[in-house]
Amino acid sequence: MKRIVIIGNGIAGITAARHIRKRSDDEITVISAESDHFFSRTALMYIYMGHMAFENTKPYEDFFWEKNRIQLMREWVSRVDTENKRLFFAGGRHLEYDVLIIASGSKSNKFGWPGQDLAGVQGLYSLQDLELMETHTRKVERAVIVGGGLIGIEMAEMLLSRQIPVTFLVREASWMDFAFPAEESAMIDRHVVSHGIDLRLSTELDRIEADERGRVRAAVTKDGEEIPCQFLGLTVGVSPNVDFLQDSGIECQRGVMADDMLLTSAPDVYAAGDCVQLRSPKPGRRPIEPLWYTGRMMGETIARTVCGEPTTYDPGIWFNSAKFIDIEYQVYGDIKAKLGEGEKSLYWEHSSGEKSLRIHYMEADQRVIGFNLMGIRYRHELCHQWLEEGRTLPFILENLGAANFDPEFYAQYERELIQLYNDQHPNLPLRLKRRRGLKQFLSLRRASA
Amino acid sequence: MSHSESSSTKTLVWIRAAGFLLFALGLSVFVLSLSLSDYRLTEETFNRLAASGAVQEKHQEALFGELDSLRDKYYKSTHTFLSDIDRKISETNERLGGGAKIWDYDRGQYRLAIVREAATGLLPSRTRLFFLLSLILGSLGAIIHFLPRLWLEPEGIKNNGVFFHSAKSRGFWGIALGVFLIGFYIALYFFPAYIVNWIRLGDPISEALRGRPADRWFFYGLMYTLTLLVMAVRMAIHYRHNRYQLVRTASVSFFQLGFAFLIPAVLEALNKPAIDLKNAWPLNYSFFYKYNLDGLMSSGAFGWFILLWGIGLAVILVPLLAVFFGKRWYCSWVCGCGGLAETLGDPFRHLSDKSLKAWKAERWIVHSVLVFAVVMTSIVLINFFSGQDGQPLLGEATGKFQTWYGFLIGSIFAGVVGTGFYPVLGNRVWCRFGCPLAAILGLVQKFKSRFRITTNGGQCISCGNCSTYCEMGIDVRWYAQRGQNIIRSSCVGCGICSAVCPRGVLRLENGPEEGRYNEVSLVQIGQGRIDVA
Repeated sequence: MKRIVIIGNGIAGITAARHIRKRSDDEITVISAESDHFFSRTALMYIYMGHMAFENTKPYEDFFWEKNRIQLMREWVSRVDTENKRLFFAGGRHLEYDVLIIASGSKSNKFGWPGQDLAGVQGLYSLQDLELMETHTRKVERAVIVGGGLIGIEMAEMLLSRQIPVTFLVREASWMDFAFPAEESAMIDRHVVSHGIDLRLSTELDRIEADERGRVRAAVTKDGEEIPCQFLGLTVGVSPNVDFLQDSGIECQRGVMADDMLLTSAPDVYAAGDCVQLRSPKPGRRPIEPLWYTGRMMGETIARTVCGEPTTYDPGIWFNSAKFIDIEYQVYGDIKAKLGEGEKSLYWEHSSGEKSLRIHYMEADQRVIGFNLMGIRYRHELCHQWLEEGRTLPFILENLGAANFDPEFYAQYERELIQLYNDQHPNLPLRLKRRRGLKQFLSLRRASA
Repeated sequence: MSHSESSSTKTLVWIRAAGFLLFALGLSVFVLSLSLSDYRLTEETFNRLAASGAVQEKHQEALFGELDSLRDKYYKSTHTFLSDIDRKISETNERLGGGAKIWDYDRGQYRLAIVREAATGLLPSRTRLFFLLSLILGSLGAIIHFLPRLWLEPEGIKNNGVFFHSAKSRGFWGIALGVFLIGFYIALYFFPAYIVNWIRLGDPISEALRGRPADRWFFYGLMYTLTLLVMAVRMAIHYRHNRYQLVRTASVSFFQLGFAFLIPAVLEALNKPAIDLKNAWPLNYSFFYKYNLDGLMSSGAFGWFILLWGIGLAVILVPLLAVFFGKRWYCSWVCGCGGLAETLGDPFRHLSDKSLKAWKAERWIVHSVLVFAVVMTSIVLINFFSGQDGQPLLGEATGKFQTWYGFLIGSIFAGVVGTGFYPVLGNRVWCRFGCPLAAILGLVQKFKSRFRITTNGGQCISCGNCSTYCEMGIDVRWYAQRGQNIIRSSCVGCGICSAVCPRGVLRLENGPEEGRYNEVSLVQIGQGRIDVA
């Protein structure tokens, strides 16, 4: 029986623990400095907004861990000794392991701005950050958020729910224009503004000014504008939380270096989730992907390897989702901000400007390479299947209704997308053969199985 | 934000506040109206009691004789008046003795009738005015309170502050509301003579629809329908971006207003059996009671139609539709209990208990109630058929079963606990733990149905919105995060899990049963399918 120790009780560490338990009788210990029990980090915003209580963010009831013989420890790991296979805790105690899984997550970025450590200036990643935000945003007249990513928008939504006016500084000319096609990026700009957020595009932070009590008083932009605020959210991305691994002998660059099996440079030490930096990521993928989904897949991959079924990490076809205030977003496959070599795009936008469908495909053989959805839900399984099978645009367009995953009675827009295509290609008009519905989806899946 | 925008926002906020004030005013008048009458038994009172048949002829002489000593005595308090009436009824019984006695049921009816006929004062003489100042003013105030949300809030899921709100999170106002609702039900079921002034508020509508004053069940139906419709406005505004919710809310409103309220009232006006055509056995537990069967069978062709419809509804239609659409077609589209839960109860849906313990308790309790209902109805029917030749089997047991079922399940569970505890235990306590019809439909849904909630591949982020807002206390996330479809006997298909999901993971759908319980997970979609965790 191996002693398996997991550092971090987030989605990566917990997924590893659960799958190891399913496959073995090994002794499992999960260590966290953040919380007694696993909670969903993605739900922190909902606690602040009053949609949920902390209890509701726990995916498993507290009895689950003992019942599944997963030991939980609330400790801060200060040092790892890979030679003697030992962990040392902040209080000086230590723990021995046979297999170690590092799933220590991320920390919020700070880029050395003057004033970045003032009271009232913070990022949002951990439970402690949330508690801090709760304290820091009491009786605040204006908040400034710096950094145009998903967490920035989420933080803006959180503050709006408490009627706190928000000024949002975004470095790019349009929201996340490096990752999103121009139309979707513009849609988010409009949506953010329509919610009363003071969006400042192409604006960078220069420094943060303090009041006499050492609290944030104002943000000053590079253009010299001073924006008074009593809270400043720094949401300029995250980076792997690996400082505690210095001197451990485990190779780290920005994150913990891990090979295809997620094994680190030290024997029997694996890494999963946000803290991982892959030595050789798959083509088109980044070495660090701080995402819920990748953390989950890595956790499961390591569990298999540790339990005697060596498995390489393969995140498969890209997918992701988010919600930008009221606009849901889903992506399947490869959607780049700027079309790549030989790629073409078919894009339809609803007259409300808050829903859109986009398909990217290769011009030469019409093979579809990605779907981008705003305000419309699509079936993961079917999009994945089509991408895997290398289906062409005409085939997919004619069957597109089957991919629609919106609730019953919702309007369906696939016809309008086809109309757009037919207008561009008048020679061979396509016709929508399938509308939304489980039956349509199942029959398609069966046909190709 | 520009100046004009913020000033119109302010105006809307003021309108909201004014609406709430009107609602509070209406509610206050409603509560106060209980004290706005005094009592005096006069010659006319006795004449009306006799003429209307409210007191049966065989009791008139003895009862009126006893009550005569109270003639022209003036009462300010309902309680004192009722105590005297009670004493007089008991004395009447002593005099009558044995078989001629006034039994409990009649006693209750007499108390109600005497209080009603003897009442004088502000409210009895100004019923229409008080009807307007309480029920109508309160309803309008509530709607005025809700409407500005259309402009104040953008469309979308807006559960902001639900867990900080006193009324919605078991705070002071939540408990106060619970106490009020529980009090209302206790009075309605067990002390109706004390709320005769409320019942009277139903007169204007009752007179218009049925040409007679309101009785206690008409008043309850009116309150129920009014509350449901007003709160349906809120529901529709809250989920106005979601067509499934809009259609469903329209459906429960239609069935409550038409099937539960208007049609029975019109039938009554036409001297036909007043029946709620959608209320199926065993939820409608008294359908097979002797008095109902006798009543229907003596009402000619129409009565027989209702009888056959009621049997067909319970035995064929309701379960069959559940095979095709899941139990949702009934529980969250048609049913009156469901209708109230989905409108008045919507702000409390997150209070349901999601623990495994609660699920275990649910299965024991709801199926026990089903067994109770089936046993009770079987005894009633055995008694009915064996009684045709004048010698009913199980005569005494039947009465006992009926009384206890009506008291425990019909009144306490469905009413007092089911609705009174909305702000404490959530809005579907009755539907989840108590309703025998829901239990039957749950078995259908679990073992033979085309319904399921599909999980969208690997998109779940385990945030917990779905579980939090499941009124039936289903831990939806448990299934969603492992890519498994959700098929639970208790699911009423309200669709809120799908609505609150921020990542587009859940969809209610009907389809081939094969593969409904999917054994696969797409968690590691890149590596093909993997066993469910």
